[in-house]
Amino acid sequence: MGEWWTTVPIGTSMGNYDISSISHVTMSPLRQNNLVSMYSSLPLSKSSYNVISAFCTEDNIPQCISYMNQELASLGLSSTCIEASSPGGAGLSTVPALNAMYELLQIHRRNMGTLEELEKEQLKKSSSMEHMQMNNSRLKDQLELSIREKSGLHETERQLQLKIKTLQSCLKTEKEEVQKLQSIISSRASQYSHDAKRKERETAKLKERLGQLLVDRKDKKLAIDVLNCLGRSDGKRSHWKTAKATASHEGEMYKSLLSDYEASQRALMLENAELKKVLQQMKKEMMHILSPRQLSTRGATADDSQDQADSDGEEKAGNSSRETLDQSCEHAREQLTNSIRQQWRKLRNHMEKLDSQASQVQNQLESNKEVIPRETHEDEMERMRHEVQQCKEFIHAQQQLLQQQLNTSFDDETAALLNDCYTLEEKERLKEEWRLFEEQKRNFERERKNFTEAAIRLGREKKAFQEDRASWLKNQFLNMTPFTDRRRCSSSDGQSALSIRSEPEMRISSTNAQLAKSSTYATFSTPKPTQSAAVPSTTELYRTLRLIPDGSSSRHSNRGCWQESSTIEDADTRFKSRSRVRCGDLSIFSLDKKPYTHRECRALILWP
Amino acid sequence: MNFSEVFKQSNQLCKVSPDGKYLATCVQYRLVVRDVSTLQILQLYTCLDQISHMDWASDSLFILCAMYKRGLVQVWSLEQPDWHCKIDEGSIGLLSSRWSPDGRHVLNTTEFHLRITVWSLCTKAVSYIKYPKACQKGIDFSRDGCYMALAERRDCKDYVSVFVCDDWHLLRHFETETQDLAGLEWSPNGCVLAVWDSCLEYKVLLYSLDGRLLSTYSAYEWSLGIKSVTWCPSSQFLAIGSYDEKVRILNHITWKKVTQFEHPATINNTKAVVYKEVERRPAVGSDDLSLHNITIGTTLFNTQSKYEICPLPVQLPVVKPDPDRANPKIGVSTLAFSSDSRYLATKNDNMASVVWVWDMQKMSLEAVLEQTSAVRCFQWDPQRPRLALCTGNTKLYLWSPAGCVSVQVPTEGGFQVQSLNWHCSGDSLILLGKEQLCLCYMDTDQEDK
Repeated sequence: MGEWWTTVPIGTSMGNYDISSISHVTMSPLRQNNLVSMYSSLPLSKSSYNVISAFCTEDNIPQCISYMNQELASLGLSSTCIEASSPGGAGLSTVPALNAMYELLQIHRRNMGTLEELEKEQLKKSSSMEHMQMNNSRLKDQLELSIREKSGLHETERQLQLKIKTLQSCLKTEKEEVQKLQSIISSRASQYSHDAKRKERETAKLKERLGQLLVDRKDKKLAIDVLNCLGRSDGKRSHWKTAKATASHEGEMYKSLLSDYEASQRALMLENAELKKVLQQMKKEMMHILSPRQLSTRGATADDSQDQADSDGEEKAGNSSRETLDQSCEHAREQLTNSIRQQWRKLRNHMEKLDSQASQVQNQLESNKEVIPRETHEDEMERMRHEVQQCKEFIHAQQQLLQQQLNTSFDDETAALLNDCYTLEEKERLKEEWRLFEEQKRNFERERKNFTEAAIRLGREKKAFQEDRASWLKNQFLNMTPFTDRRRCSSSDGQSALSIRSEPEMRISSTNAQLAKSSTYATFSTPKPTQSAAVPSTTELYRTLRLIPDGSSSRHSNRGCWQESSTIEDADTRFKSRSRVRCGDLSIFSLDKKPYTHRECRALILWP
Repeated sequence: MNFSEVFKQSNQLCKVSPDGKYLATCVQYRLVVRDVSTLQILQLYTCLDQISHMDWASDSLFILCAMYKRGLVQVWSLEQPDWHCKIDEGSIGLLSSRWSPDGRHVLNTTEFHLRITVWSLCTKAVSYIKYPKACQKGIDFSRDGCYMALAERRDCKDYVSVFVCDDWHLLRHFETETQDLAGLEWSPNGCVLAVWDSCLEYKVLLYSLDGRLLSTYSAYEWSLGIKSVTWCPSSQFLAIGSYDEKVRILNHITWKKVTQFEHPATINNTKAVVYKEVERRPAVGSDDLSLHNITIGTTLFNTQSKYEICPLPVQLPVVKPDPDRANPKIGVSTLAFSSDSRYLATKNDNMASVVWVWDMQKMSLEAVLEQTSAVRCFQWDPQRPRLALCTGNTKLYLWSPAGCVSVQVPTEGGFQVQSLNWHCSGDSLILLGKEQLCLCYMDTDQEDK
């Protein structure tokens, strides 16, 4: 297509040369125009117009028209003919010109379309060509590679063949070597044996010579010296060497040989008999095995019946052979072996038959298995489903029954039982609590008693103190007056001293008891002071406590009490002077109780 | 198990009389005969020189003492201590001396195997047998004492002569098909003579008493062949040990191979029991090494040993022989059947510390005894299936189907057992050291249990 397209304008232009006498100059732009139009159509119209304007002038209009007409005719547009509007005039008749133009445009457009198509085609072709080329090159590469490979393989093959050849030659040489060596060995061996023989002969000759010499020398030393000759070990006298003796020796020898052979024969006979027995037994057992089958399948086939006949015959033979077992003659042996052989053959046949039957049965089974499934399988499935359903129901019923049973039993019996259990437990717990409570109560009681005692004592002391004060006041009063001196001394000694002395002893015993208890009833004993505070007034208590001081106890805990006294100090400066003595007892409490008891103590101290 | 006190002995010459009553020992040039049961000296004979060989006559009445260096043989009578006999082989020299089975003839082999001189003690007669062959075992008497087979070499060919021992009548004389005959042995029933070739060729020939060739057997060619041959006491089997470390058993009917026993370095046979001797040195503290202890005896320095059953597979110690040396230490050199023909004990030379016991009924390996040192000697109890062996140390080893035991010989002065001999009753063992001997009494009651 491309070629055709390119040649056509040239052809027309060539025709132009022949037909028209248009100058070369005018032709060239047309050509140019044609060439340009191959690339772009839009600028073509402009340029062509410019060129065309140069193509037609005022002067050559008729020529132009005729030229155009000719051209149009050559293009096959002979129907439309451009005519001058007026002969010789400059104007053109418009319709044909426009028609011609339109036709030309149409042609041009068509050409452009085909051009485009062709371009596309061209592109496609070129790309496919490129692809082809690439393919081609690749294939070429491959070819080259395979050729190279082939040559390599050829090379290796050649080398291998070479190697084979060398190996073959090696083998040949080795074989030759082996042969050579073998021949060498054999020659050496023969040489050696020859030499050995020669040497041996020589030594034999030497020995002979030596013996001869020894005999010739009449060696005196060679002698036997026996005190008196001994008798033969068997007690017989020696015999002369006679022909008879040699004959007897021969006889003896043969006798011993014979006895040996007899012994061995006997052994063999025994062995043989054993083996025969085994054979007989085997035969019997075989027959035993075979007979029931034959009975069952008697007359089933001709072959079987023939077998049966054979076996009958053999049975007879077997019996006869059993009878002749002891004879062990050739005939009997033959019979026996023959019968055994036949039996064996039959047994084998039987076994084969059984095998084939078994395989058939198996096949049948297998085939049955393959055929049957549809119905039986479904039936079976149905049955099984049914069974499963039944089982489920059964289980359900059982479950229900079980639950019922459980419910009923739980209501009256188990509930009571459980309740009993619970109440028992509760009771136990309550008992325990009650016990604790009782204990607590007792403690409280005891403490209360202590405090009441203390209170009573305080009361008594108070009374004593009052009395003391009264007496002191009385003394004071009397001191002011003359002649009271002697009476005062006697009274102070009498009552107050006595009361003071009795108090500390009681106190110590009580505190000791408390100390012993404090470790066990720490929790109970802590609230004791607050509770007990209500019973006697604290001031009174402390006044009594002030009386506790005892030499031994205070000294024991002197160290510990200093620290505590310091904490007390800032809080209670009023008691500072006396605290050193008192805190001995406090520290005894604090050492065993928890630290907050100090605060308690402080509170107690602060109370007044 | 009890042990007697130690007696002196020289050249390991110590033999119990065939009737089992007397024990003859040689001490230098003296011959001492003791009662076996009491070990009291019954007779004392003095020979002319140091005794190099001693042997009892078959009737236990005479003892032969050979002094090879002097070419002398002296014969002593137990019944008549005054009786004496001296045989002088003269300048021709003496190589070996033995009794004839009747105990009235002495057969002396002269030096260079020039001839065999037969001296009769009954008639003082002397007869010569020429051309005896110098080989491994060139002479053998049948067990009943009737016949003597002798290997001969004449004109570079091997011959066998069968003599009637009664009057030295040559019964048969035939050429054997051997290259270089190495030995011959009568079957225990005395009817078959096994003849084998030297180690260069594996060949066993079996001849009937009348000289007919019964069969020929050859296992392989070219490599070194037979090393040892032994008949089974029942004459049923012939065991052939060879340089290829195998034992081949021939049967007595077809004379074909029944089986072969290999001696592999690794034992995988699960039916066999492998006993391994394990030595345990007693720990001796430094304070024990006082002079006092050293003087007490060498037993302190003796190692204790016991057998352990090894789990399979077991790797046995193997010594590779030097291929350039003649008579390489490889192959089965010793074969011994138990008295009841039930077991076969073998020793492979390149596994010198191992004894193999084979069951001849099952034709399989029964037990393997791996010792700590090379086995010197082993012998079957003549009455029971019981194997005694020694390895040149102070211990005696016993194997029986029930198990294996190692016993320390409780003698002072380091008694090293070099060799051993069973008493014919099987109740006692004679242990031979280098210069001493000692009797070991088996506990018969224990055996019964």
